[in-house]
Amino acid sequence: MFADFMVHALIAGIGVALVAGPIGTFVVWRRMAYFGDTLAHSALLGVALGFLLGVDPQLAVMLVCLLVALLLFFLQRQQRLPSDTLLGILSHSALSLGLVCIAFMEELRIDLLAYLFGDILAVGGRDILMIYLSACVALGLLLLIWRPLLAICLHEDLARVEGVRVDLVQLSFSCLLALVVAIMMKVVGLLLITSLFILPAAAVRRLSRSPEQMALFAALAGVVSVSGGLYGSWHLDTPAGPSIVVAAALLFALLQLVPARQ
Amino acid sequence: MAEALLELERICLVRNKRHILENVSCRIEPGEIVTLIGPNGAGKTSLLKVALGLSKSDSGRVQRSAELRIGYMPQKLIVDRTFPLSVARFMRLTGRYSDTELQQALAEVGAERLLAASLANLSGGELQRVLLGRALLRKPQLLVLDEPVQGVDVQGQVDLFELIGQLRDDFGCAVLMVSHDLHLVMAATDRVICLNQHICCTGTPEAVQRDEQFLKLFGAAILPHLAIYSHDAQHRHANCPHQGCCCQLGEGTAHVR
Repeated sequence: MFADFMVHALIAGIGVALVAGPIGTFVVWRRMAYFGDTLAHSALLGVALGFLLGVDPQLAVMLVCLLVALLLFFLQRQQRLPSDTLLGILSHSALSLGLVCIAFMEELRIDLLAYLFGDILAVGGRDILMIYLSACVALGLLLLIWRPLLAICLHEDLARVEGVRVDLVQLSFSCLLALVVAIMMKVVGLLLITSLFILPAAAVRRLSRSPEQMALFAALAGVVSVSGGLYGSWHLDTPAGPSIVVAAALLFALLQLVPARQ
Repeated sequence: MAEALLELERICLVRNKRHILENVSCRIEPGEIVTLIGPNGAGKTSLLKVALGLSKSDSGRVQRSAELRIGYMPQKLIVDRTFPLSVARFMRLTGRYSDTELQQALAEVGAERLLAASLANLSGGELQRVLLGRALLRKPQLLVLDEPVQGVDVQGQVDLFELIGQLRDDFGCAVLMVSHDLHLVMAATDRVICLNQHICCTGTPEAVQRDEQFLKLFGAAILPHLAIYSHDAQHRHANCPHQGCCCQLGEGTAHVR
């Protein structure tokens, strides 16, 4: 009953959900929702630069996200401005700069909506390969820094005194986020990326008894959201990316009715 | 005199064109309990952070004895409700310990029944005990406690100070702690350092309580019915033994969080 492109979309979406869930738990614990937004918004600048310089857009997105993450890391250490102000400045400057760059490229028509809201129905075999490769690298890295990252989540200074290399771990996590944002852009679009981090993780919080359980449940909730969203999009003829997010939001609401586990 | 565990020499810390610490020198000997007291904003926590190596001072020297094992208890651990973590997992976050070790450490602080509890559900006093137990796991030579009795009721505070003294006796570790609670902490400490950017006075609790500088800083608190004290605005450090600091204001480097 499903066309080929739907199968591709499902495979790609599941790959993204599996990695976005566990990473999303940290985005929730570390209160980095706005940080995720900033990376996502700067992705458009990456797309524009990619086209300008003739580099693969996905690679360009990763590099720009990485640069923004590094810039933010050093600006935050300066403590001249509050973090959320810095994030707001970077986020909107990068998004606008991206839009302006795209406007300059008159000879090239870019489907802006596809980047803003995702174009999961257009993914091909090469995209799927990229998604799964990136997802494996990201999950491997996350596994490597899992314990120190948990320690930092609870108390940065305490972790530092106990020998955790806080800066290194935080930088690694930023790189990891940049990598994942680049593959998520294809699926839900850069305006909705943060939702796939936050909704699944928040949805399963009350059902989880350990950080690992929450990460696993969040991955599963992401898979359910992607499947449900694509199914709805097929039958109701709605845009795929936003449908996935709506499915995630419905799942979140539904799971709030389940009594919390202690 | 035995080698000091920790020695701070003429520490100056400048932030936002303001002296946070001015020429602060002190040393912690093995096995002694030293308490830092002082009004809000006196630089108590900043001094602890310099001692722990979390902040870099603008001038001065920090000397730790070789391979010093420090057990640290931060001022406030806010456990987010979205963070599902049991006490046992929390204690194992940065080290590998057996179940018996965890149980022993918790038994030392009277919290053995909390091993499987969720960190987010602990009361203030319970959380402080768990933090203390966690610090013990590292077999510390020096316990650094930032306001260990914060958010604990009065009886709980008395119990906690008693416990800290007990731990010192059992483990032979030195304790450096920050406290607001003058009356209770005096009984549980060997030496008091009264801090207000610079060291105003230092000595045994009995000596410090008679010190003119101390009375100026904490005059209100000494009155029997006034638990709240405020920094005496008239305190001009005229009689303080401190020397000015040589750091230029505004030279300070940014705080590393």
